[in-house]
Amino acid sequence: MNILELRGVSMTYGAVKALQNIDLAVKQGEWLAIMGPSGSGKTTMMNIVGCMDKASDGSVVLDGEELSRLSPKGLTAIRRDKIGLIFQQFHLVPYLTALENVVLAQYYHSMPDEAEALAALGNVGLGERARHLPSQLSGGEQQRVCIARALINCPQLILADEPTGNLDEANEKLVLKILHRLHESGSTIIVVTHSPEVGEHAERVIILEHGKIARTTTGAKLHKSA
Amino acid sequence: MFFRIVKGGMVRQRKKLLLIALTVMLGASLATAMLNVMLDVGDKINRELKTYGANLNVIPRGASFLGDLYGLEGGAGVSDKYLREDELGRLKTIFWAYNIVDFAPYLEAPVKAADKDLAFTVVGTWFAKTLHLPTGESVSTGMRGLKSWWTLEGEWPDDDAGDQAVLGYVLARRLGLKQGDKLRYSGPDGKPAAARVVGVFNSGSSEDDQAFMPLATVQGMTGLGGLVQRVEVSALTTPENELARRAARSPGSLSAKEWETWYCTAYISAIAYQIEEVLTDARAKPILQVAASEGAILGKVELLMALLTVLSMVCSALALSNLVTASVMERSTEIGLLKAIGATDLDVLLLILAETLLTSAVGAAAGYFLGLWFSRIIGAAVFGAAISVSSTAIPLVGALVVFVTALGCLPAIKLLLSLRPTQVLHGR
Repeated sequence: MNILELRGVSMTYGAVKALQNIDLAVKQGEWLAIMGPSGSGKTTMMNIVGCMDKASDGSVVLDGEELSRLSPKGLTAIRRDKIGLIFQQFHLVPYLTALENVVLAQYYHSMPDEAEALAALGNVGLGERARHLPSQLSGGEQQRVCIARALINCPQLILADEPTGNLDEANEKLVLKILHRLHESGSTIIVVTHSPEVGEHAERVIILEHGKIARTTTGAKLHKSA
Repeated sequence: MFFRIVKGGMVRQRKKLLLIALTVMLGASLATAMLNVMLDVGDKINRELKTYGANLNVIPRGASFLGDLYGLEGGAGVSDKYLREDELGRLKTIFWAYNIVDFAPYLEAPVKAADKDLAFTVVGTWFAKTLHLPTGESVSTGMRGLKSWWTLEGEWPDDDAGDQAVLGYVLARRLGLKQGDKLRYSGPDGKPAAARVVGVFNSGSSEDDQAFMPLATVQGMTGLGGLVQRVEVSALTTPENELARRAARSPGSLSAKEWETWYCTAYISAIAYQIEEVLTDARAKPILQVAASEGAILGKVELLMALLTVLSMVCSALALSNLVTASVMERSTEIGLLKAIGATDLDVLLLILAETLLTSAVGAAAGYFLGLWFSRIIGAAVFGAAISVSSTAIPLVGALVVFVTALGCLPAIKLLLSLRPTQVLHGR
């Protein structure tokens, strides 16, 4: 069963065609990597799939909802209820503790539950650091807080934009391990990355070039070719 | 969680919020000072203007008719109608009794100087007469308060001493008298009499050629015991408006509601009407140029205060607008993140408004007390008296601060609503 379908999706910024006639289907529980060089349209695709932007043309269906028909308020609701976002820059609220940053996502979703948030931080190995401010955490720890925040509302789709882009090798491994665990538990993951080391962990990899899907491969093949 | 985010945001942006609080504080302090002065200035200006004399002239109804007909102003020979001295205390029992600041009765008598063949007028009056009212209160009234701007060398006569007089400086010069001398004269009945000159005054008007004595003395020499020709009244009034002008022309033309409004407002015409109600056969005539000047000055001062209040709040709104917009711009990533993880525009809007309103409330509270201090300074410097604190100013300042804060937040709100997560999280 497809959780996400893109049919003829295009996106233009003025004269720039960021995406051109993209067709893509993502199955429930699949781990997909979107790769490509800078300016190939990876982030644009993530913004559209993540309900942060609307495609100029085409249809995007997420869990049966046609996104192009939704108002900004409707897109916010989808983003809140069905998507977990992981950012390259972590984007934590600087004056809230790790725990409060996780609770924040619960607050806008439903009801804040500190015990649940604490458990989510425990799952990413940060139970002991829950009361620390982002400035007191390392980059890897901040990214793990970001992952805990993305997972707290049990989203149907996890969207990660360069999740290891700002991390050292040790932390990269830690984050990928968490993503593997999520995948094994049945989560659908879309990772946007330009790193083959990250892409090779995915079941399927699409390579974007000039806003078009240039080719599709698997993580295993990507690993072999590297 | 909401207040945790608000608190966190406020602590993090404390310098900017301090500037917002200071901006609101300055605006609120000026508004408080101006509103307190504006709400109290009527009374203050009225009292200032009252030092320049009466604004109502009460005369017997018949005399008023003759005066209107022939352009004569009371005085012996014009009318044989008089007002009753024993009724004058009733002036302090009318609805606007506390607005009657001072009043003095007058009874004139033509006399001749004994030494020189020189005729002049003696005016009997109260200087500082203590009246015991039916209400049990006592008031002191008379020329001493009513003519406070006259310059007097010496002292005012004692109301109970029959042989004391004050002379206008022109008359004193004509008679060759000074303070301490004896004024010898023959009254209207030709009987010789004498009074000690206890003071010489300069009024700058025709009274400078008259002598003033206690009322009882002049009543005795004229045989008009218990009677007076006219009464000058100084009253604190509200500037006239269309209703007051219509009522002055014909109180009967007002509807019951209009009549009640007019009667219960300190219009000079309403006070005149109430005086006529308590004095037998009296007509109270406003001295219109005085009343009009008071109204005009009061209106202008109130307008000035209102304009200053509006200007101070407009300046606050402009400064606030810049500061809140800068704050939102600085926090655009955070706002974008909140939107990305599911906050609606309204959620974010409430956060920013709560922060700004809380900060403004602190600024407004500080500004209110600073404004009270400003109003004290203005009161002492301009009116030589304390400006009373008006409780009406509190809700007014509160409403102005909320309005100004909301107005100042408008550009920031517009910016905030236009912020999309992609713009700030991915620079798109």
